[in-house]
Amino acid sequence: MSKSSGQPKISGLNDLLAVAYQIESDAVERYNLLADQMETHNNPELVKIFRDLARAEGIHGEEIRRLAGSFDVVSHAREMARFGRMGSPEEAELDAAHYLMTPWHALQLSLAGEERALAYFARIVETATDPKVKALAEELVEEEAEHVNLVHRLLRRYPKPADSWADDPDPPASPE
Amino acid sequence: MSGLTTRLACKPADYKSDLKPIWCPGCGDYHVLMSFTRAFAQLGLPSESIAVVSGIGCSSRIPAYTNCYGFHGVHGRSLALAAGLKVTRPDLTVVVASGDGDGYSIGGNHFLHACRRNIDMTYVVMDNRIYGMTKGQPSPTTEPEFDTALTPGGTGVAPFHPLVVALASGANFIARCFSGDPNETADVLAEAIRHPGFSFVEILSPCVTFRPDEKEWKELVRPASVPATSDQGKAARRLMTDDGFNLGILYRGNRPPFQPAVGARDVDLTELEKDFEL
Amino acid sequence: MAASPSISIAIVGSGGAGALTTVNFLLEVACAAGWHGLFTRTLGPQIRGGEAAGLLRLAVHPVECLPDQFDLIIGIDWLNAHRFGNEIKAGPQTLVISDPRGGEPPPMVTQSGARVVEVEMKEIAKSISGGRPNMIALGIASRLLGFTTEQVFALIAKQLGDKGTAAIEASRAGIKAGFEAAAGIGFEAELAKPVPSEARRWLLSGNEAAALGAIRGGVRFAAAYPITPATEILEWLSPNLTKVGGILLQAEDELAAINMIIGSSYGGTPALTATSGPGLSLMIEAIGLATAAEIPIVVIDVMRGGPSTGIPTKSEQTDLNIAIYGLHGDAPHLVLAPQSVSDSLFTTQWATFLAEALQTPAIVLSDQFMGQSRAAIERPADVAFIGARSVAANISGSYKRYALAPGGVSAMALPGMPGGQYTADGLTHTELGIPTSGAGDHLAQLDKRRDKLDRFNFGDHWASIEGSGDLAIITWGSLTGAAREAAARAAADGVNVRMIAPRLLAPVQPERLAAALEGVRRILVVEQTHGGQFHRYLRAHHDLPAPVRAFHRPGPLPITAGEIHRAIIDWS
Repeated sequence: MSKSSGQPKISGLNDLLAVAYQIESDAVERYNLLADQMETHNNPELVKIFRDLARAEGIHGEEIRRLAGSFDVVSHAREMARFGRMGSPEEAELDAAHYLMTPWHALQLSLAGEERALAYFARIVETATDPKVKALAEELVEEEAEHVNLVHRLLRRYPKPADSWADDPDPPASPE
Repeated sequence: MSGLTTRLACKPADYKSDLKPIWCPGCGDYHVLMSFTRAFAQLGLPSESIAVVSGIGCSSRIPAYTNCYGFHGVHGRSLALAAGLKVTRPDLTVVVASGDGDGYSIGGNHFLHACRRNIDMTYVVMDNRIYGMTKGQPSPTTEPEFDTALTPGGTGVAPFHPLVVALASGANFIARCFSGDPNETADVLAEAIRHPGFSFVEILSPCVTFRPDEKEWKELVRPASVPATSDQGKAARRLMTDDGFNLGILYRGNRPPFQPAVGARDVDLTELEKDFEL
Repeated sequence: MAASPSISIAIVGSGGAGALTTVNFLLEVACAAGWHGLFTRTLGPQIRGGEAAGLLRLAVHPVECLPDQFDLIIGIDWLNAHRFGNEIKAGPQTLVISDPRGGEPPPMVTQSGARVVEVEMKEIAKSISGGRPNMIALGIASRLLGFTTEQVFALIAKQLGDKGTAAIEASRAGIKAGFEAAAGIGFEAELAKPVPSEARRWLLSGNEAAALGAIRGGVRFAAAYPITPATEILEWLSPNLTKVGGILLQAEDELAAINMIIGSSYGGTPALTATSGPGLSLMIEAIGLATAAEIPIVVIDVMRGGPSTGIPTKSEQTDLNIAIYGLHGDAPHLVLAPQSVSDSLFTTQWATFLAEALQTPAIVLSDQFMGQSRAAIERPADVAFIGARSVAANISGSYKRYALAPGGVSAMALPGMPGGQYTADGLTHTELGIPTSGAGDHLAQLDKRRDKLDRFNFGDHWASIEGSGDLAIITWGSLTGAAREAAARAAADGVNVRMIAPRLLAPVQPERLAAALEGVRRILVVEQTHGGQFHRYLRAHHDLPAPVRAFHRPGPLPITAGEIHRAIIDWS
């Protein structure tokens, strides 16, 4: 199969930093895309939620960049951090979006993303041979676990909506 | 700029326009747009050297969402428009975007002849097996039993097999992708653009609004188990017998592309008058 | 009898007889000797072996229409010739040469009072090794028209040079035998001596002239789908575009052809297609796209009898309505009509210039009559129009493809130009080209596309305006020649006629037409339609200042100068 299948190869601390940065940056881009979709489909509550999520992931990305110090983590990420078939672990699934989706749905997407990121870094902890890589991966696992908990806490505020959440009394339009 | 620096300088975002796409949230076409921009970035092409040509339908909105030159023409005729553009401007990279209604129904005849003509361009059909823009009528790839307002109880008509038609008509590169895997799709698109001649890439792109059942495609698609062939006979058997969910480059031909020479234009026109002189 | 300024010959013969070749030889001999001429063909529906007639009018002046009746008709044979009916009119002054073994002459000959002389053309040909009856006919016609054997032999040597000496010898022998057979046949008509002229002369069809005009206008791409009677334009363009660095692409249908030229022009290469009514019908949707997206294109419609498949080999002017009004939505565009074989060059070149300058489609309404007629003309002058397509340069900042520029024409970026990226769109769009359904943008862009045509100064080329009488003929297209001749005949009768023939049909020029009609007391509208399309068009757009009579009838028979002349005299 093509070169984009599978996962980026981590062969040192800089690689892991770059990958971690890319994961956050992909997540930001995805949340912003979802926010845009909600904006064009007149769902302002979800616009706000997705923008907030994008902002939060952006802050994480910046933290990783700081952690990398003088190393150009952005360029390195662009060169090596390409994810294959599974996509970037933390980015929300686009095909789960719906114009009438509720905060609960958004948080479900976010939760799934955080859990995938956690699993991704956990696997690096298991397989890493370089102690520095292992240590950073452990830190990242901890951080993602915190995020998972945060999303769970938020979900208490936004319970699952009734099954009728996607009901629309109007027919679809035929714009062209 | 050297090729290498160009390549490093290109990010997918460079190929996106400022317009926010208007497709239903959940639509596969968002992923296709991502694949386009990733493929262009991978190839390191200047965005002004790419022309994205389309017809009418959900898929055909894509040119305006890129930062390339675009043409959103009439229903079904994008391939013809693109042919006129490419033969007179062979310097451009021409990508044509279409859907199963635009490309296979109203544009069906142009599909055959574009394959046959083998001009160096890439034809991307986002197939969701439905007319989305007009609220869910069956297209040539819709299953015969699929119920719609226009065809209650289904069409009762067998779907059209675009990849087989492409092969029989002479397409030089045939691939199938799934929108939900934009990285793989981007790689295939980049390869399709690089490949000389007419490249056809069918992208299965689910319609969340009128075909929610297509969410299952995610579970059904799989990478093709054998690599691309350049043998038309093998390709025919393979395409005729697959279930429509094998992904990847399925046929890679080696016919030379059709490109008439574009000569010098500053010539003395009185030469042409000799035919008429008494 | 005094020498006549023009003389007309028809040669009739079924498949293999070579009637058309014979007429073409006569035309070339006459043109080489300094006369002008117009040659049209009329044919049965067969691809090969059909009945055919070549109709030729020779004159001391340029010829733009057929005669009312023929001076000389030669029937190599008469098989199915009755199908030509009134196309080949004979009268008591007509001389008919008939081969008694070629079947019965048709009623148009026998009932006309024409003098019939029998010549055994087939039998004479049989007596010559490799002899052909049409060479006998060529000899007869040449002698009756006053040409010498040397004149005819010179042409034969030139035309048949590559067929070998045996073929040339056989032809020469046949022509000589024809000359001998014509001895003693009295023929009263006599063609006046040609007027000496220094001008370079051409012999070509209107279709070829239009094609050359397109190239002179800058067209470097053509998309082609064959259709009678427009195919010759495309076939001439194919090798000749290559010579000037252009390309012709054969399309799978007219829908493809029109979209291909839009693609080419979008990329910066001026482009054309040629078709006839059925093809134009298929192209209409995309012509609307080119109007909305402001892409210059040229579409030549060589009109034929309609509706539907109609009469593909005969002329009509019945595509006027679809050309002007066929587009859905409010879609102002250019419609032009050449007036003769020669004018096909000028009008097509002008149409190309206007399309490019105004960034809009131009439909050129030629017709079968002038498209497929071959005429000797004086070489049209080299014309250079000032101005071209406005192309964006040094783009910086946010590029507005559809900017509301003064005059309505906005600079067009071409693919490859950094910073000019935009999406050409058939959807209603903003100045940036972004789709919108806003009332303000819709109106602004409709205004823009209307104003750029309305505010353009089309100058004097918009029409041919001749004469100053208070009776005006308003006509258009290939009928201009017949109307001009009718006006001249009326003048000879002492009736002054003004002739107005618009070359620019859209956008309409109401002020200009009003000025041209100043002082007119009667208006005769002449056109070749059944429904009076041009008459209605004039009524719709102009406040005609005098009583109007509409003279119109459909094809396939051409409207002659004699018919128009009668209509003038009837109203004088």
